[in-house]
Amino acid sequence: MAEGGQLVDHRDGRDIVVKLRDVRTQFGDHVIHDKLDFDLFRGEVVGLVGGSGSGKSVLLRTIIGLNPARRGQIEILGINRRGLHGKAEHDLQAHTGVQFQDGALFSSLTVAENIMVPIREHAGLDEEAMRRIAALKIAMVGLPPDTGEKKPSELSGGMRKRASLARALALDPELLFLDEPTAGLDPIGASHYDELVRGLQRSLGLSVLMVTHDLDSLNAICDRIAVLLDKRVVAGTMDELLAYDHPWVREYFHGPRGRAAARQEHKAASDGK
Amino acid sequence: MAVAHPTFRYIERDGTRVLEASGTWTVFSIRPLRRRRARASAPASQPKPGVIDVTRVERLDTAGILELLDLAGGGEGVELRAKDKAQADLFGVVRANEVATPPEPAVNWLTRWLGEIGHSLVDLYRQIVALCAFFGETLVVLAGAFLQPKRFRPSAIVQQMYEVWIKALAIVAVLCFLIGVVIAYQGVQQLRQFGAETFTVEAVGISIFRELGVLLTAIIVAGRSGSAFTAQLGTMQVNQEIDAMRTIGLNPIEWLVLPRIFALVISMPLLVFWGDLAGLLGGAVACTIYLDFTFVQFFARLRDTVGIWSFYTGLIKAPVFGMIIAAVGCFEGLQVRGSAESVGLLTTRSVVESIFSVIVLDAIFSIIFLLAGV
Repeated sequence: MAEGGQLVDHRDGRDIVVKLRDVRTQFGDHVIHDKLDFDLFRGEVVGLVGGSGSGKSVLLRTIIGLNPARRGQIEILGINRRGLHGKAEHDLQAHTGVQFQDGALFSSLTVAENIMVPIREHAGLDEEAMRRIAALKIAMVGLPPDTGEKKPSELSGGMRKRASLARALALDPELLFLDEPTAGLDPIGASHYDELVRGLQRSLGLSVLMVTHDLDSLNAICDRIAVLLDKRVVAGTMDELLAYDHPWVREYFHGPRGRAAARQEHKAASDGK
Repeated sequence: MAVAHPTFRYIERDGTRVLEASGTWTVFSIRPLRRRRARASAPASQPKPGVIDVTRVERLDTAGILELLDLAGGGEGVELRAKDKAQADLFGVVRANEVATPPEPAVNWLTRWLGEIGHSLVDLYRQIVALCAFFGETLVVLAGAFLQPKRFRPSAIVQQMYEVWIKALAIVAVLCFLIGVVIAYQGVQQLRQFGAETFTVEAVGISIFRELGVLLTAIIVAGRSGSAFTAQLGTMQVNQEIDAMRTIGLNPIEWLVLPRIFALVISMPLLVFWGDLAGLLGGAVACTIYLDFTFVQFFARLRDTVGIWSFYTGLIKAPVFGMIIAAVGCFEGLQVRGSAESVGLLTTRSVVESIFSVIVLDAIFSIIFLLAGV
């Protein structure tokens, strides 16, 4: 296996924006990840998958610093995440954006004010500039302009996810973390959301790590897929994983849903020719 | 992170005006620039440039582009000279999504003030209508329960009584005991000036029986049970549990509200009785300390001077207060809409409203008892 849990090396001389080496996380005696290696390269979208309870969300929380690792090295944008605190941590947070599963928008603030929170904290701009940036982000994620004045409780689930994405993009971060971005959306909404993330990722040059269960998302927008297997990550492209011999991986990608998603992908590819 | 300041200048190139930018144009770097622009009070009216040249910009993000477009006086009819495709793409994204942000509407303070008063009046009106509807529905369900007694749900009532009565015994006893001590102490201090300190017994007995025992208990119950009712029902509302009950055909008033109201109506007199005992005990302890009374003397004097009706007046109020506290708590819980935030908001409101109603009702009772001569 190549470096960083990869089946085949895809680095191509790119920067490593998230680098995990020999990471162990545990709750009490229960070990979730052990000797885990993973790399995220600049400008790629990686989907993180795994069975229920395999620790996808725990891994995401460990990377963004909400859950301490017991051992190992976690480097984000070249900065060691472990033991980071104070101003250094604050600065790093300005360069990463996180979209939580249910949005996690501040319910007492309007959508525009939600987007302005990170800008006020990290850039300290004046009200007018912040309002303009918030309006731009709201339009970028495809929400109607009047959404800015609404409270999160007035939005539908899909709109909340978009609003949360807008907040994650408030500071034009280099690195974006998405937790189940399409869970709970209808297939049309989910595929629009996928296109949105892909489009923003290309034009803003983002590196994206997304926890997802949506096989269509994996097919449509992920450059690579990281699978959590036996407390470690196995990463590769869809084709490499289809050929990978492991019972869970086989069942996941070759099950009825996996086959349907792959078929669609093939169809789309041949239609495109 | 060292940041190169964003700089810009206007130059003429081949007959067109060019806005040439250099340095770093990101959300983190444009603050000093905006400050400078804000200080230059009257912006020198520059003719609109035809081209924005960003080839010398090191770092660029959407906020920086917004600022450049603002400097250029809007994105229309402005060409771009970009260093690479990434810059051009980013410009494309911003231009496609740029929306004219309408300036904050300037509202006259008087208009806004009147508007707020109007809003709160309409809110109050709606609140009263909703409260009446709630009471009506509760009464209908109650009437139905009297026709079909098995709908009273005794097990739910008993369970609620455990929460609101048994679990409140300790705190009610402690607080009433302390208030009894305080009143006795104050009574001794003030009445001693007239040599009438033995009247402390009447002061303690009448104030505890008629007002303090029941009021104090009602306030404690509003704080710990009324708020709990609102929070429980509110959380169920947020989780759509109440909607689920309705679809199954269970009436939330019958299942959730009536047991709570009954539990409090039964528990309040019991708690008040208990609180009265503790208050008298406190008064008696204080009297033995400050007046050299014995317990026997204290209670003998109490029996001789404080009429039984003082005790009854307090106890008559208790179930009414209990009903009001439970009804307000459940009503506010069912008013919860949408988010968890409104649970907290309405819980606060439920406590304030139930204490307010209890004190207003207490005043009304005073008038009634005065007219009845008890």
